[in-house]
Amino acid sequence: MAYVLQSQKKIRQFFIEIGELSYFGMRYFKEALKPPWEFRELLRQCYHMGNRSLVLVGVTGFIIGLVLTLQTRPTLQEFGAVSWMPNMVGISIVREIGPVITALICAGRIASGIGAELGSMRVTEQIDAMEVSGTNPFKYLVVTRITATMLMLPLLVIFGDMIALFGSALVENLKGDVSFQLYFNTVFDALEFGDLIPATIKSFFFGFTIGLVGCYKGYYSKKGTAGVGIAANTAVVTASLLLFVVDFIAVFVSGIFFEL
Amino acid sequence: MEKQDYISEQIDSLDQREPVIEIRDLHKSFGDNHVLNGFSMTLYKGENLVVMGKSGSGKSVMVKCLVGLIQPDSGFLSVMGKEIKTLDRKTLDALRSDIGFLFQGSALYDSMTVRENLEFPMRRHKEKLGNIRDTTPMVLEALENVGLAHTVDLMPSELSGGMKRRVALARTLILKPKIILYDEPTSGLDPITSKEIIQLMGRVQKKYGTSSLIITHDVDCARVISERMVLLVEGKNYVEGSYTELSKSTDPRVEAFFKK
Repeated sequence: MAYVLQSQKKIRQFFIEIGELSYFGMRYFKEALKPPWEFRELLRQCYHMGNRSLVLVGVTGFIIGLVLTLQTRPTLQEFGAVSWMPNMVGISIVREIGPVITALICAGRIASGIGAELGSMRVTEQIDAMEVSGTNPFKYLVVTRITATMLMLPLLVIFGDMIALFGSALVENLKGDVSFQLYFNTVFDALEFGDLIPATIKSFFFGFTIGLVGCYKGYYSKKGTAGVGIAANTAVVTASLLLFVVDFIAVFVSGIFFEL
Repeated sequence: MEKQDYISEQIDSLDQREPVIEIRDLHKSFGDNHVLNGFSMTLYKGENLVVMGKSGSGKSVMVKCLVGLIQPDSGFLSVMGKEIKTLDRKTLDALRSDIGFLFQGSALYDSMTVRENLEFPMRRHKEKLGNIRDTTPMVLEALENVGLAHTVDLMPSELSGGMKRRVALARTLILKPKIILYDEPTSGLDPITSKEIIQLMGRVQKKYGTSSLIITHDVDCARVISERMVLLVEGKNYVEGSYTELSKSTDPRVEAFFKK
């Protein structure tokens, strides 16, 4: 009986959280469209989120490209289809692997960072101090961070994709004696707008999800300093899970508009 | 004139002074926890009023209700003749520029330097300051008032607890507020630093002629700074009077505050 009651409580809490998160998202759009806009803080956040994630995204992309090519090569060789490697790697990276891996890395780095930063600001009354000084903290802290993640994630995905393709081309160049020019020509011949556009649009939504969850968890952080850790941790877990849900919806919707 | 006679004279003349803060029958609950149960008080122009109470007695909640950070369940709250509940965001923000708030933990913005911390409220209230372009003289003047002009380019993490509190006071003073709300100004500080902060509060009051509402449970702070005191017990104002009057009280609840 106790187990049933506990489960009921958890389910109810889950739906309450979804409701609050949705309300938080709607408030973002309401506040984002209303002046004054905090351009200075937005630029600062873009720099923090974009520039400081470049190395991590680049290194991960490079390794993904290398590993994917190394792991797939023997199988393609078996079927005499090694010349299809650039097409296969190009399409899989641009359509799915690049956006999802980059978004997951950013969920770990950005969502946890936002969750911890806003959580600590909440606990140390910095958000209250902002409000008392006549600043709308939601606009200054939340709107700028969500917008920055939305703007930066597609750029990071494109950057990560390029590095991953370079990693793959390097393996092909060393193992298969394929020139970089031939490799990239084949990749770009294989890619269509139907591959690029949905992936880029999807990245905007990934960015929105990461920013939204990070800000929500941090902004409503409770339980003192322990709450800061909880906010950072749950921000990563929730954002990562939601990314897969968003990905599934994006693949489903883009399947309607673009023939996959 | 004896100090006691002077204080009694001051209290007699209070009724003729202009009230700047009026609280009547304030109620606030968090779930089943009734924090404020009909608290009432008046702060007069130029007065130093100390509100004392045990931890968790609702002092901070009361002061946060005054600046609109917490919405009370019921009661009348008026600051400089304006009823807080009826104000829209813009009017409330304008009113907040006349109220300085010194937070318990200083609440300096971690990601900004001391200069940026002081400039932050100035950017929000440009009209009040006459659209000044160069903020440096004002920032330095505010820091000189608290004896910390040399810290202008330091980060809050590089300051000691006492220095943080003084910088926070400088930030509070930068907009030349008419009322200053002090939330536990000496908590967490050593006795010497506490004494310095108390003296600083006195100097600020004399220099700017502000009205001060001081929330504390520090008897020494109350003794030095208060013209009048209100004791908050179980969410209500239990007793009111000068420090001398209350310190001589034989009521066990009042005595408990003054026992060393």
